[in-house]
Amino acid sequence: MNEFEDGAIGRSPGARRDRRKANQSLDRRDFLKVITMAAASLGLPAAAAAQMAEEAKKGLKPSVIWLHFQECTGCTESLLRVSAPALAELILDLVSLDYHETLFVGAGYQAEDALKSAMAKGEGKYICVVEGSVPVADGGIYCKVAGRTAMDILKDVGSKAGAIIAIGSCASWGGVQSSDPNPTGAKGIPEVLKMQGINKPVVTLPGCPANAYNFLGVALQYATFGKLPSLDSLGRPMFAYGRLVHSVCPRRAHFNEGRFALQFGDEGHRSGYCLYKLGCKGPVTHASCSVQHFDDVVGAWPIGIGHPCVGCTEKSQAFTVPMFTTADIPNPQPSWLFPPVNPDRAPVSPMATGIGGLVGGALLGAGLVASRKIAAAAKTKQDDKEEGNGD
Amino acid sequence: METERRTLFKIMAAGAAAAVTAQPAKAREVHTAPADAVGLLYDATRCIGCKACMVACKQVNNLATDPASRGGLYDDPIMLSAYCKTVIKAEFKEDANAYVKSQCMHCVDPACVGACMIGALKKREHGIVTWDGDRCIGCRYCAVVCPFDVPKFQWASAFPKLVKCELCSPLVAKGELPACAKVCPREATVFGKYTDLIKDAHARIKSSPDRYYPKVYGEHDGGGTQVLYLSKAEVSFQDLGLPALGEEPVPKVEQQVQEGIYRGFIAPLSLYAGMSVVLWRRRKASKAGQEEKS
Repeated sequence: MNEFEDGAIGRSPGARRDRRKANQSLDRRDFLKVITMAAASLGLPAAAAAQMAEEAKKGLKPSVIWLHFQECTGCTESLLRVSAPALAELILDLVSLDYHETLFVGAGYQAEDALKSAMAKGEGKYICVVEGSVPVADGGIYCKVAGRTAMDILKDVGSKAGAIIAIGSCASWGGVQSSDPNPTGAKGIPEVLKMQGINKPVVTLPGCPANAYNFLGVALQYATFGKLPSLDSLGRPMFAYGRLVHSVCPRRAHFNEGRFALQFGDEGHRSGYCLYKLGCKGPVTHASCSVQHFDDVVGAWPIGIGHPCVGCTEKSQAFTVPMFTTADIPNPQPSWLFPPVNPDRAPVSPMATGIGGLVGGALLGAGLVASRKIAAAAKTKQDDKEEGNGD
Repeated sequence: METERRTLFKIMAAGAAAAVTAQPAKAREVHTAPADAVGLLYDATRCIGCKACMVACKQVNNLATDPASRGGLYDDPIMLSAYCKTVIKAEFKEDANAYVKSQCMHCVDPACVGACMIGALKKREHGIVTWDGDRCIGCRYCAVVCPFDVPKFQWASAFPKLVKCELCSPLVAKGELPACAKVCPREATVFGKYTDLIKDAHARIKSSPDRYYPKVYGEHDGGGTQVLYLSKAEVSFQDLGLPALGEEPVPKVEQQVQEGIYRGFIAPLSLYAGMSVVLWRRRKASKAGQEEKS
């Protein structure tokens, strides 16, 4: 990132972008490649990708204000490591990233000024991206930026945004810091906005980290067509979170045929068998990782590298259910085994049944007769005794 | 269920009247499939055993997972049950493997309908055999009498129902396909008009006689079934677990036996007469014995 070196400090983000344009760091081919990839991840046709590219070229780039609260910056790091050529720079060219604490060169008052000017310039239009959860315990004092609490910043920036995107599991529902005992009272963005009375649609992109292409797809669709993709009941885009990992898992055949890795490093694990018995949460996790791997590296996703899915996109799983506990399967499907037409049961012939019955009956009868005889014998003995006493 | 109650009384009254008047037994009428009959044609040479039909059937019919299935991991029915209305079984022979789908056969003259004393099971629209829960008294005679072992009772339920394939009759009424026929990726199970299916089945055998066993199971078997089967040339229908029933309808035998016993009331009357004679003689003997003692 040569752009950030010498003399760049103190300049406005706009000026930095202009410099990059002059450098022509991004060639046309790479540019189209990324746009098409982002459009494809949304399921939009190639024509839409062309339109997105047009819009981005015209300079009608969506203004993005990126807020960091309680989080690890993993989502940003993941976004920066997209391996398509120079994607980190492409992001900066596709969207006008006007405020981002990690990528900012400016600091202190300069950074705050940039935030203020970006908000004033694009009021009601800019995309507010939030990374991280908001602590609400004790008046929200556990997370402050420039003397303001995360709650205040979110209320200020969120209320004037055109669209709000909560990126990552922390922003979506609270993430790891919201698990018990949750000392800071960490909550997700949709919940906090509701508490503050701001009724704006929030797109949640849970994931630890969230997949960068899902973010790009949503941001570019909003910038080009002015609307958000269709969402599920938890605010997750259907294009990415509409399917279970299990439904489109490359190891699904092993599950169906009953081949499981039972221990890390065992023969099944090395043969690429299903990881369900090692605690894979794929059967209950809605995410696109199995078809859109991370950072465009083939196989870069948990199951791809041999680790069970931890269910990071699901509030009900991640950071609440132990990582190696097996998940419930809501709709068990048939396995790849078949019941036989003629079950192989030990045959009992009618003759055997008959003989068995006869033997049983004979024993019962013999027992009855024997008990009678014994009783009779005992009686005669007693009678003899009585007779003897009488004499 | 006021009307149901009334119909029930009507049936009972009619039954009582019939018993009193004791009409002479008539020859059993020959049942034929209704004009609008629909059915399935299952082609065992096409089935690849993907079980998509089993999954679709479960989803459409809202059937719960069998609690006996392995560890809650799979839903693996080994036969039809209260949790399963269709199942794909496999026959692995040395030289020929075959899959077979089992579900209700929707017989032209069903044994279950013949056994149902109260009309809960009946051939209704399109000749589909459906179950009416408001009428059923839970006797389960249908489950015993079915030669294909199809009707299943919910033993685990406090308010049990009878579970059997009803050919997705709500979907058929809407003009849609039954779930199993809809999802089949190889058209091994096809849905259609009964007469068309028979024609189609014969056309398939005729066009490739090397491929098919030269018979359409269900055309005449057990008086005809609205679910038809085609098998591989080297696999007989008995290998697929379909019983050899002959061409007579299954309920014909049961009704002949029942009607034979009561014909002209001869058998019951002679039984009563015989028992009366025995009683009279024993009573006489014991009286004589008492007189001797005293």
